[in-house]
Amino acid sequence: MKVADEMVKRVPWDGFLDGNWQKEIDVRDFISQNYSLYEGNESFLAGPTQATKDLWDQVMQLTKEERENGGVYDLDTKIVSTITSHNAGYLNKPLEKIVGVQTDEPFKRALMPFGGIRMAVAAAESYGYKVDDEVVHTFTEHRKTHNQGVFDAYTPEILKARKAGIITGLPDAYGRGRIIGDYRRVALYGVDRLIEEKKKDLSLIGNGTMTEDVIRDREETSEQIRSLQDLKKLGEKYEFDLSKPAATAQEAFQWLYLAYLAAIKEQNGAAMSLGRVSTFLDIYIDRDIKNGVMTEEEAQELVDHFVMKLRLVKFARTPDYNELFSGDPTWVTESLAGIAEDGRPLVTKSSYRFLHTLDNLGPAPEPNLTVLWSKKLPENYKKYCAKMSIKTSSIQYENDDIMRPIYGDDYGIACCVSAMRIGKQMQFFGARANLAKALLYAINGGVDENLKMQVAPNYAPITSEYLDYDEVIEKYDTLLDWLSGLYVNALNVIHYMHDKYSYERLEMALHDHEVLRTMACGVAGLSVIADSLSAIKYAKVKTIRDEDGLVVDYEIEGDYPKYGNNDERVDEIAVNLVKNFMNKIKKHHMYRNAVPTQSILTITSNVVYGKKTGNTPDGRKAGEPFAPGANPLHGRDKNGSLASLSSVAKLPYKYAMDGISNTFSIVPKALGKDEETRTTNLAGILDGYAEKQGHHLNINVFDRETLLDAMEHPEEYPQLTIRVSGYAVNFIKLTREQQIDVINRTFHESL
Amino acid sequence: MKEGRIHSIETCGTVDGPGLRYVIFTQGCLLRCKFCHNPDTWKMGAGKKMSVQELVKDIKDYLPFFQATNGGVTVSGGEPLLQVEFLLELFTELKKLGVHTTIDTSAGCFNRSPHFIENLDKVLELTDLVLLDLKHINSVEHKELTGLSNEHILDMANYLDQKNVPVWIRHVLVPGGSDNDEYLQELSDFIATLNNVEKIEVLPYHKLGVYKWENLGLDYPLEGVEPPAEDRVRNAENILNRVKVI
Repeated sequence: MKVADEMVKRVPWDGFLDGNWQKEIDVRDFISQNYSLYEGNESFLAGPTQATKDLWDQVMQLTKEERENGGVYDLDTKIVSTITSHNAGYLNKPLEKIVGVQTDEPFKRALMPFGGIRMAVAAAESYGYKVDDEVVHTFTEHRKTHNQGVFDAYTPEILKARKAGIITGLPDAYGRGRIIGDYRRVALYGVDRLIEEKKKDLSLIGNGTMTEDVIRDREETSEQIRSLQDLKKLGEKYEFDLSKPAATAQEAFQWLYLAYLAAIKEQNGAAMSLGRVSTFLDIYIDRDIKNGVMTEEEAQELVDHFVMKLRLVKFARTPDYNELFSGDPTWVTESLAGIAEDGRPLVTKSSYRFLHTLDNLGPAPEPNLTVLWSKKLPENYKKYCAKMSIKTSSIQYENDDIMRPIYGDDYGIACCVSAMRIGKQMQFFGARANLAKALLYAINGGVDENLKMQVAPNYAPITSEYLDYDEVIEKYDTLLDWLSGLYVNALNVIHYMHDKYSYERLEMALHDHEVLRTMACGVAGLSVIADSLSAIKYAKVKTIRDEDGLVVDYEIEGDYPKYGNNDERVDEIAVNLVKNFMNKIKKHHMYRNAVPTQSILTITSNVVYGKKTGNTPDGRKAGEPFAPGANPLHGRDKNGSLASLSSVAKLPYKYAMDGISNTFSIVPKALGKDEETRTTNLAGILDGYAEKQGHHLNINVFDRETLLDAMEHPEEYPQLTIRVSGYAVNFIKLTREQQIDVINRTFHESL
Repeated sequence: MKEGRIHSIETCGTVDGPGLRYVIFTQGCLLRCKFCHNPDTWKMGAGKKMSVQELVKDIKDYLPFFQATNGGVTVSGGEPLLQVEFLLELFTELKKLGVHTTIDTSAGCFNRSPHFIENLDKVLELTDLVLLDLKHINSVEHKELTGLSNEHILDMANYLDQKNVPVWIRHVLVPGGSDNDEYLQELSDFIATLNNVEKIEVLPYHKLGVYKWENLGLDYPLEGVEPPAEDRVRNAENILNRVKVI
């Protein structure tokens, strides 16, 4: 890529205000000193350039071919992906302002066996490819993988729990992800400075005694340094010198993207999130525009081309994985806006430009655009967000007002709802425990209702015909004691092995040396349990037993309050469950002294969890999906959407600091009669939800008919995007089963 | 505390007054509109009994949404004015909280008896907006369409004007029933005599409530009538808002 000569000569930090960021690695300080708040409206935005249109047409054509080819366009079967494994690849070199693909051509998925060779083979086979024999041999006989390590250490009890699905979706057969490298550091400091700092860190590790912690720390830091050296080599392949800081906006985007690309070339973590880059990058754009070397069209083109690259991120996944997280998600989450600690909104023109890609390139699930919402955001920006949500259903919102006091003003969202300080904090992703199944275990003395096998310890089952609330609660509590211990044990094994066999060296190289680690546990089935316990408490629930005395079904006599109607009687049950399980998790030892947290998030796995869970006392039938995340079960929230939101907003973030996901679908008409009203009302819903301490909201605005039509005519809806739990998917990429689940969910439509 | 007869609650109303609104659908109505999409609210003495206290406690939870959108509470129906004492107590409590209050009425029970007027006046003191349904300007046609003549309804429109209560006029547009241009013009002329009208809304007839008639075992009187075409809706809007079409 050629850059104007005078730009190359410029000193990279020219024109930036001084600060601590020059003395130490401190991106937050750089942003705070240098960003330009923008409080105007969207009228300055520029449409797509011809190059953007041509490139996007090319992407849509490749997407079509990929779909026709069964979901994968091409897949590398021989070259094991590392930062430097492939030569440069281009979509269309003369047109691209930002370059770099995961392999040597776009849409070709990489071979990534470090997480597990069996999965790499299975993923390839499911798309009709065969991994090279020698690679298979090497990773079977000579190089152990994460997956093998985990299964070496799992106990029979964990294996049984995993098989029954009381804990499931664990990252023991795929990359854990959810670690955000501070990719901005590469643009601001250049790689050489980062290596220098890491070398300083290395020299300070340990006090002379080689404990295991010190040894690991020294090895990991050395690996980080090596990965940074590889990153420079990746730059060279694309003809860039990443050793120095970026001097122009184009370089800043390019440096940052190559750092991210290096991360995804080595890790196929479930969520490979980007962080919080738009306001950082805006500083470079703003400088170039002020210097008269860039126009708004060119600025938007840069953003469009960068975002286009983020939309091309792809991994080879196994069918099992796709069942859990369907629609080929990568969670390239970008966190926009929010408020600075000094009260200034962190909104810049680029906070608009990133959302504007949804117009210029059309809607898309990736990057996972996440607005850090605050009541204090500029009204113009609020309205623009609402307007783009109504138009594209591609945006999620998270409550900055409850996160900022905990994480400061330079945190980002990993995956769907996991907040973390950028470059200072990471998490051990822990999928989730099926608390609805646990309730059935409590009733049946630890016997799985589907496998008819003793999975939990042989506790005394409930023998009465009608369920007694106090008895159920007592037994459930004991069962959860067992489950929390088993669950944390499994996670400790997983993350020990992931660190050992599939360490995220480049991502961690873009962190401070000292990082805060969280153990991100999670729960599934919240609304099912809340409703079940409510039914037991407020109605009469009769057990139906099979010939062995196992309870296999329930009959409810009378009505009971249901979660999602802002009814304190049942909402309180949900709140207590969240607190209770968190308190139980906390009691256990965490690998690397991680701080335990939990999420109420299922992504699309609510379908799989439901499939593996028998009839429940709330009247839900065996195999039926759970509600996603913290949502009320579809159709049970009868008092309108604000009641539904108010129920979810009661769940205490303090006890679920890895996030509380709520997916809100509404038909356009239910937001008001005209566009202006709809926009104001949607922004008002977000303000109200934030005020009520709600954490996360996915917003979908469309009619059910659109989805039904898309099911029948997928070819006419190549870009139809819908938010599910914590991320967005291309609707036509969902399995039919999941499409039906989405369609069956509550669409608020009362008039 | 007073109890109301309540049909249902919608916490996220967006079409019955400004902003996001908590809509209370009261039970019981005197009109029998052929196009009614809530015939299950007709029957008097049915519905769920709810105390003012209970409602206010629930409503308090939604204050952040009202504040964010200049929304509030709308009492609709059924016919809210049939429960005017309940309304009075409810609005008294809501005003203590600073909530914007709206009554959505078809004025079917309006009369000039001193007792009714006395209560109504007290309620209107606490009412920020009245959504007044004028279903037909011609009394004979009105009776055909709703079961009652319209003199007292138009009288209420005049009364609200006298009291200077802000009003949004609403007119349900039923093809073959209330979309005749001459009548629309006449209605428009009537509205023009009022000085308190802030907005005139045309509500296109729809069939979303037909299943409720079936559930109640009632014959649907507008069988075969389709929702009005968009240009007819615009036409009605133009006439009622006295927009000159060039």
